[in-house]
Amino acid sequence: MIHLSAITRTFHMGDQVVHALSDINLHIASGEYVSIMGPSGSGKSTLLNIIGLLDRPDSGRYELDDRLITDLPETEQAQIRREKIGFVFQSFHLIPRLTAAENIELPLVLSGIPPEQRQIRVNEALQAFELKQRASHRPAELSGGQRQRVAIARATIMRPSVILADEPTGNLDHQIGAEVMALLENLHHGGTTLIVVTHDRELGARAHRQIAMRDGKILTDQTDDAG
Amino acid sequence: MTLADTLQTSFKTVVSYRVRSLLIILAMALGVAAVVVLTALGDGARQYVINQFSSIGTNLLVVLPGRAETSGSFLGAVLGQTPRDLTLKDAQLLGRLPQVRRYAPLNVGAAELSGANRLREVTVLGSNADLIPIRHMKLAQGGFLAHGTERNAQIVLGAKIANEFFPRSQAIGQRVRLGDSRFIVSGVLAAQGESMGFNTDEIVIIPIDYAQAMFNTTSLFRILIEAKSHNVIEPAKQAILAALKQSHDGEEDITVITQDVILSTFDRILHTMTLAVAGIAAISLIVAGILVMNVMLVAVNQRTAEIGLLKAIGATSRDIRRLFFAEAVWLSFAGAILGFLLGQSGSLMLRLAYPQLPAWAPAWASIAGILVALITGVLACLWPASQAARLDAVKALSKR
Repeated sequence: MIHLSAITRTFHMGDQVVHALSDINLHIASGEYVSIMGPSGSGKSTLLNIIGLLDRPDSGRYELDDRLITDLPETEQAQIRREKIGFVFQSFHLIPRLTAAENIELPLVLSGIPPEQRQIRVNEALQAFELKQRASHRPAELSGGQRQRVAIARATIMRPSVILADEPTGNLDHQIGAEVMALLENLHHGGTTLIVVTHDRELGARAHRQIAMRDGKILTDQTDDAG
Repeated sequence: MTLADTLQTSFKTVVSYRVRSLLIILAMALGVAAVVVLTALGDGARQYVINQFSSIGTNLLVVLPGRAETSGSFLGAVLGQTPRDLTLKDAQLLGRLPQVRRYAPLNVGAAELSGANRLREVTVLGSNADLIPIRHMKLAQGGFLAHGTERNAQIVLGAKIANEFFPRSQAIGQRVRLGDSRFIVSGVLAAQGESMGFNTDEIVIIPIDYAQAMFNTTSLFRILIEAKSHNVIEPAKQAILAALKQSHDGEEDITVITQDVILSTFDRILHTMTLAVAGIAAISLIVAGILVMNVMLVAVNQRTAEIGLLKAIGATSRDIRRLFFAEAVWLSFAGAILGFLLGQSGSLMLRLAYPQLPAWAPAWASIAGILVALITGVLACLWPASQAARLDAVKALSKR
């Protein structure tokens, strides 16, 4: 479903040119569980941002579900993000003045779904992520694990086909991190494509397909036979 | 994102930044309140002057000798002619015009009033009985120089004069001496205070021919005319000019001032003044608008990560622009409404403090104040909102 060919992305830092991605070719099938690993500055986050349509490549083709994405106008890219992609961030990125339920509801609001339907779906999500008791709490009143659960609930409320997680456990202790990973993997078992960016080898090893990156290039791309 | 959701979401934002929102709303409100109160003051002053004028009389025309206009002909000057005086005959002639309801000839002078062992200098008006209704004066007691009997040696005293000369006794029927003539007090004016700089409490009124004899003149100072209705003021003016031209051997040597002309001049001046004051107040609204812009720019900066997140979960640039825009609209709207209420209560306090000043803000000023507040608020937000919409999502998300 995800098809990247000859993707390059360069940044200008002062008068220095940084090749964040150079000539990336990658195919990810629907329902895969992929981890992208590498040291910081290897281009893994940039790759994730391009897959998630937050960033545009300087050259190359990106097809999502057999549709050429690269040249789509901003509004249509936003619509694809809304409907097909769910983001999970290291720092959760919850809106501090909104309650847990309101944070989860946001993508539905952006999609213009009527309030009654929103209510039903948010309640389901709260139930599914065991956040019922915390629905009216603001992020500041939640633990790290709870915050990331809210973020995952928000990422999945639109039932996207791809979940992109950028260091999802980076701000959590080991045990809570494992719980969060279990949640994400659970989504994968439900058929969602899961792409996790991490520099944690242990975490990366849980994925069925492991991509290692360095200096904007794909170093290795292994698929576990067991997966 | 639907409009209702946009409005609701931005409303929640406004409410959650309570202190910040209150301060902007207050700034906006003060601007609007200033427009409302200052225009109320200006328009109140205008109304006050109009009221003062109509207290002098309604449908009033004033005839005065001499021509106030420059004319090309200086024949009169060559022949050594001076403008003809207005006479009592002229006044009676005007009184017979069909457009005229009543007339009062007027002479003004000063004389010494004595009686009851007291003495003082007073302003003397010589006129007839119609002066009272024409000038909207009221009598506290007694009567005025009876119609058609202007030769009676009667005198009407101003309220203060009557009180000074006869503090403990009935003034009516008392004998007084004015200059060298003797008069019987026939009436006392009601206290009216100052009106157009002329204090009717400190005058005395005597029949016109006594006044003319006393001041040794045959001419009149003014003739006051009351037209039959508002509509015939202009025809009456033309008729007066024509009649006096005829009786003055074809010379147009008088001036007729209508109250309307004076009124509309004052009206114009004070209206312009009100506009000017409203303009000055509007500047404070623009200042408030710039404050809104500043605060919204800060908000965009503060909420960079949030904007990045909104983009990541599928908000379009348009959604983001509209969210910030709606926030500014809420702030300006609340400011405008609060300012309107503040302004109205300010005007109310003005009216309570100065009952004679009808300090009502004109509708146009209130509407303009509210509109200017909304427009500046919205304009001030265009730039910050587009800044927010243009943010690069990746950079925005990486900022914490």
